Amino acid sequence: MLRFIVRRLLQLIPILFGLSVLLFVWLRALPGGPARALLGERATPEAIAAVTESLGLNDSLFVQYGRFLQRLVQFNLGVSTQTGRPVTTEFFERFPGTIELTVAALAFAVVVGIPLGYLAARRHGGILDSASVMASLLGVTVPVFFLAYLFRFVFAVELGWLPGSGRQDVRIDGTHPTGFYVLDGLLTREFDASWDALQHLILPGLALGTIPLAIIVRITRASVLDVVNEDFVRTAESKGLATSTIRRRHILRNAMLPVSTTIGLQTGLLLSGAVLTETVFAFQGVGSFIKDAIQQRDYAVLQGFILLLAIVFVLVNLLVDVSYGLLDPRVRVR
Amino acid sequence: MTAPARVATGASTSQPLLRVEDLSVVFQRKRETATRAVDGVSFSVAPGQTLGLVGESGCGKSVTSLAIMGLLPKRGVQVSGRVLYEDRNLLELSDGELRNLRGAEIAMIFQDPLSALNPVIPIGIQVTEVLSRHRGMKGDAASAEAVNLLDRVGIPDPKRRLTEYPHQLSGGMRQRALIAMALACQPRLLIADEPTTALDVTIQAQILELLRELVVGSDTALVLITHDLGVVAGLCDTVHVMYAGRIIENAERREVFYQGRHPYTGGLLGSIPRLDAVRGETLHPIRGSARDAIPWSEGCAFAPRCDNVADDCVGQAPGLSTIAGGHQLRCLHPLDHPPEVAILETIV
Amino acid sequence: MALSTAKRERIDSLAALASGRTGEIGVSLTKSAFRRLRRNPIAIIGAVLVAIFILVAIFAPLLAPKDPRIFYLLGEVRPNFIPGSREGYPLGVDRLGRDELSRLIYGSRQSLLIGVVSTIIGVVAGMAVGLIAGGFGGKVDTVVMRFVDILLSIPGLLMAITVSLILGFNLYSIMIAIAVTQIPIFARLLRGSMLSQRDADFVLAARSLGVQRRKIVFSHVLPNSLSPVIVQATLSLATAIIEAAALSFLGLGPADRGNPEWGAMLADAQDFLTVRPELAFYPCICIVIAALGFTLLGESLREALDPKFRR
Repeated sequence: MLRFIVRRLLQLIPILFGLSVLLFVWLRALPGGPARALLGERATPEAIAAVTESLGLNDSLFVQYGRFLQRLVQFNLGVSTQTGRPVTTEFFERFPGTIELTVAALAFAVVVGIPLGYLAARRHGGILDSASVMASLLGVTVPVFFLAYLFRFVFAVELGWLPGSGRQDVRIDGTHPTGFYVLDGLLTREFDASWDALQHLILPGLALGTIPLAIIVRITRASVLDVVNEDFVRTAESKGLATSTIRRRHILRNAMLPVSTTIGLQTGLLLSGAVLTETVFAFQGVGSFIKDAIQQRDYAVLQGFILLLAIVFVLVNLLVDVSYGLLDPRVRVR
Repeated sequence: MTAPARVATGASTSQPLLRVEDLSVVFQRKRETATRAVDGVSFSVAPGQTLGLVGESGCGKSVTSLAIMGLLPKRGVQVSGRVLYEDRNLLELSDGELRNLRGAEIAMIFQDPLSALNPVIPIGIQVTEVLSRHRGMKGDAASAEAVNLLDRVGIPDPKRRLTEYPHQLSGGMRQRALIAMALACQPRLLIADEPTTALDVTIQAQILELLRELVVGSDTALVLITHDLGVVAGLCDTVHVMYAGRIIENAERREVFYQGRHPYTGGLLGSIPRLDAVRGETLHPIRGSARDAIPWSEGCAFAPRCDNVADDCVGQAPGLSTIAGGHQLRCLHPLDHPPEVAILETIV
Repeated sequence: MALSTAKRERIDSLAALASGRTGEIGVSLTKSAFRRLRRNPIAIIGAVLVAIFILVAIFAPLLAPKDPRIFYLLGEVRPNFIPGSREGYPLGVDRLGRDELSRLIYGSRQSLLIGVVSTIIGVVAGMAVGLIAGGFGGKVDTVVMRFVDILLSIPGLLMAITVSLILGFNLYSIMIAIAVTQIPIFARLLRGSMLSQRDADFVLAARSLGVQRRKIVFSHVLPNSLSPVIVQATLSLATAIIEAAALSFLGLGPADRGNPEWGAMLADAQDFLTVRPELAFYPCICIVIAALGFTLLGESLREALDPKFRR
């Protein structure tokens, strides 16, 4: 088992390496060259020349890449042209918000999606089944920003049931030791802050989580339909086992395999979707900052954030792969 | 085989454990015509008896066994007739009652041991779950009993196997494990659906030997379903030959092999390749294929492939008639002489 | 490989469909699939939606009541007021006084163009990469697929953002950006399909007869791989339309907003959400309808080609 994990970790290295090369090249491919990109559009030719010299941009590419790697390892990703603060600082300040959002979205998708998919499969041919198929087809197609708008408009603007922007009500002045607002409230015993933060997560979480929900319903349903027809379920029935035992140990245990692998995939969708959702809801996370960076041409931030997000994505997939090995013993032997 | 005298059909002195009466199964899928997979099948098995149900693929023997166990899907399937287990009609029992019987008093062994086992749960749990469900055993007691069972079916190093997964076992061992699960609660009726078909020939012999050991001398009734006459020859007391959903001939074992009169039975027996056959001698398959069957409303289903066919065979479906004591036949023009089956002297 | 296993598996399973068709020519397969499609209500709905979308795009000048670029009612626009539906302007105007309906109709052209072109580029480039990897195998395969994995490690939208930033703020950059996100998918698809057919009997037979590798690939393996590619291409079209809108929404894409594009229209409507929320919803609905059409079509295609026949 350990060898399995180690092997997967080792396979990570070329990916990370490739990513760094990619983003290194990217910065230099930007219009106007890297110096201008880093300084912003209003830079004077003298400033550009000075920065070019100081950053050693006239040296050979290999040397530059070496320096880039060196800085990467030291966690130096440059400085934001918008705020003047280090990119890494900006990232880690905002990342907890995005994590809260994606966790909320994923939790929604899983908690609602799996039972729904299971029921649809067990009542194959019934109304629930057809409705789920339709709904999940629709859910996959609907763009995230549409849902974000819809929810915000209907529930926040028109009905006023839930807050529609930000992570926390401005009137609440909570302390944030971890940056995870919901958690922070619980830790510092400021429960109303925690509750308020939770409310702010609901609408964006639902919007972001709808597409993963649709996918999970679809895959769960298909998977359960497949498993139910398997011979070992028939064997379990022939043993006279209780329905709940069969459902739990035989059907679901096997049906969950494909579902768990998609969760790794969903992370990519969630990270991309977070950019759009956070923008619509003015939610202060990594995503909305990326939007700002695009508008302000803050290339240092873009390079840094995308690199970090890609690393997160890769790590999450690794985690999913490893946990799949825990779920499916047939994979472990390899 | 010179085992102590076994009771033959019809002359049974003990009450039959299982009586299947006029069982029919019709499949009706949407937008398709109805198919009669099983048509008016009847047989009975007494405790300690072994009944062989023989036929080609698609003749309905597996469907029969699934119908008895109540394992057919609910939708698109119509089951009629009676399946009496000790005077209770299994077809009329509730789901809960059936669940209490299955695994405890009536157990089944399936064809493909790899797909019949849950791939992500250790073997041990798949055995103990039966024990905990029907015998209320838990924890160490259950594990110990599981080890016993695995040992009894001939699995070496059974303790280690408890934590292993199906894919880590060989085909033969998996089938043994399945047999262990079936026998865990000492069922009174065991149905084995092609238990050796998916296995190598050498393993086949072992598994059959295992089944024989477990069943001979005990009160367990065994219904053995197979397409392989060799399997039947070594193990069964009575043989029922099925074709296209109907039983077309049945008798006590020796009677069937030496006095088989239905052209289909004759064809089956005659098509067995013989090791002592003259080199260059052609094999004698039954002409046509199992799909060349006449629809039910009309005559004998075997007519298109029969060498003995006559005009009245196509017009009306023959009923089951008794030739000799315990030997029944469904044919209007049976063979005059049974086929030569000299080689079976040694086994039968 | 630690990366995107699910995506990989999904693509690989789609590719495996092809190997089930060994020996059959692609044409007869499509014919039987076509027959099945005609009876499927989802396929029909999808096809209708797609047809409407394409027709609207083609006949936009005839269908649109007004010119989408003229600021007809700019004079009436205030910070908290935008003229709504009235005579001559069925859906009202946008923030610059341009007729909303005409802009929506013309917007279909951009979306269709971007969707089709980026998917074609993605398919062709992806298939080329996949062919190289699958055709040569061995070290070439490993290296190429490593590269593909690296591309896959950046989530879709983010990747599109990076590419379009390099290429500037124009139509082509969006098209190429989206195409780049499609390439890994089709590369894996084709490579998977080729690998699953490599050991197929007919390939072994052809090779034993001395048939050239190139001929085997182009005359036999490729046609068998077409069906999963077609399915995926349809689905990718839907994704492309949505991604194009997303990119415009984020501010990437042609700086000149004269040519209406649904995503850009959506972005523009952000500021007037409280005043005239419909301006945000109209383009959204158009995007949904277009993408839905392709998705339904693609999904029913996939089902039609699936040997399992199960719903």
